[in-house]
Amino acid sequence: MSKRRLVFPGSTGSNPGLSTFWAACEERRLLVPHCRACGRAHWYPRAVCPHCASHELDWREAKGEGVIYSFSAVPRGEPPYVIAYVTLAEGPTMLTNIVGDAATLRIGQTVRLRFVDSDGGPPLPVFAPR
Amino acid sequence: MSLDGAACIAGVWEHPTRKATDLSVAQLHAECAAGALADAGLTRADVDGYFCAGDAPGMGPLSMVDYLNLRVRHVDATDIGGTSYIAHVAHAAEAIAAGRCNVALITLGGRTRSEGVSGKVPRPGNPTQPDLQFEFPYAPTTVNMYAMCAARHMHEFGTTSEQLAWIKVAASHHAQHNPRAMLRDVVTVQDVLASPIVATPLHRLDCCVISDGGGALVVVRPEIATSLSRPRVVLRGAGEAVKGQMGGDVDLTYSAGRWSGAAAFEMAGVTPADIRYASIYDSFTITVLMQIEDLGFCEKGQGGRFVSDGALIAPHGRLPWNTDGGGLCNNHPGNRGGITKVIEAVRQLRGEAHPAVQVQDCHLALVHGTGGQLASRHGAATLILERV
Repeated sequence: MSKRRLVFPGSTGSNPGLSTFWAACEERRLLVPHCRACGRAHWYPRAVCPHCASHELDWREAKGEGVIYSFSAVPRGEPPYVIAYVTLAEGPTMLTNIVGDAATLRIGQTVRLRFVDSDGGPPLPVFAPR
Repeated sequence: MSLDGAACIAGVWEHPTRKATDLSVAQLHAECAAGALADAGLTRADVDGYFCAGDAPGMGPLSMVDYLNLRVRHVDATDIGGTSYIAHVAHAAEAIAAGRCNVALITLGGRTRSEGVSGKVPRPGNPTQPDLQFEFPYAPTTVNMYAMCAARHMHEFGTTSEQLAWIKVAASHHAQHNPRAMLRDVVTVQDVLASPIVATPLHRLDCCVISDGGGALVVVRPEIATSLSRPRVVLRGAGEAVKGQMGGDVDLTYSAGRWSGAAAFEMAGVTPADIRYASIYDSFTITVLMQIEDLGFCEKGQGGRFVSDGALIAPHGRLPWNTDGGGLCNNHPGNRGGITKVIEAVRQLRGEAHPAVQVQDCHLALVHGTGGQLASRHGAATLILERV
């Protein structure tokens, strides 16, 4: 499968409060917001915990492991690609792409974090079968 | 506030065009408005409430009230995607009950086909939309997002592509009687499975059409409906809800229809077994299957079995559904299928559906829609309507 270019909309300055997150992406590290008040992680990152509304949030580096919750392969994409929801080891489920061979993918499969370059933004997190 | 009996749908009109090369979006709205008012036996001067959603050009109600040259004392531009117009009926009933208007006009118009809009291309948005930078790079599209719901449903409940295909088969049986439907050929389960995969596990024939067109509804105070000559269609129950990713606790097995449907049934004091006809927004086959479960027509996970073997085919199926051919075969103006669902339900309740698909003694109908993206963030609206 040829590589699809990820297109980053806007800039890393479009939304204040995310500079730490995007800077980590530049280093190919995925940060997940954790709430000090309720102890839960969430996704996508927000300035307010969606579980308990606390502002007491920390960025923690993800282990980089996940499980495919659902996916859809787009065989006529140019080039073909796979969109997926991956449930992180930290708890939340994130929208992402699966790179690699689409033919053998299945829901429940363990996948591993990777970063791919984007157009207009930092490298972005995707996942690949282990 | 219960809306049971608070308003009647007095006028409906569906634009006949499926490709509006020479019509503007505003003109489509205006032609639909005129059609629905004529159907009701009312005039533009009677309208004192106006409702539209994101398909309306310019500044929504400001642009359209001016274009139509209305004099209104209540406006509402709630946009929860393609189901907005179903929610507007309930909002109009609320406004009528609160004394804020007597005759509410709801319009939709769209040129998605002429404009070349595709469900296979990611739609750019404003980067300040809080989810956009975390999702757009991965190329979510209308089709592949709904497809992920289908994939998960298959994984959890053993739902099959053959079962999903039965939904398209039913729509095609109805569309053969609709001379304006875009797809009038009756198809088989095998035809659906043989059509190309757009996004696994959805085939091309699991997807709705893309069309131009529009529609309009006139919702009135019950006393006004009594003075008109059309059969009376009364609002009995309504519900609306929004479901998102719940902070990362993504669960694709159910929709906000679980909440909007329960609210509507409770308000109406009826159960799914009482419903004689259902209009359910069919953006994709999986959308219908999930809504049938969430509305309580069967247990969660049993939707595949429920829809199989022609159960949705009117007039004799277990649940006669989308008898105009729906979005899967008839039309999908502006990529917003809510308004046409209300229109066909009113036709059924009036006994004005095509004779081949008219449900006998159709006195109680359900209308339900899902707007936005089922897999990420979507709105749901449910109505229960009765002919009295």
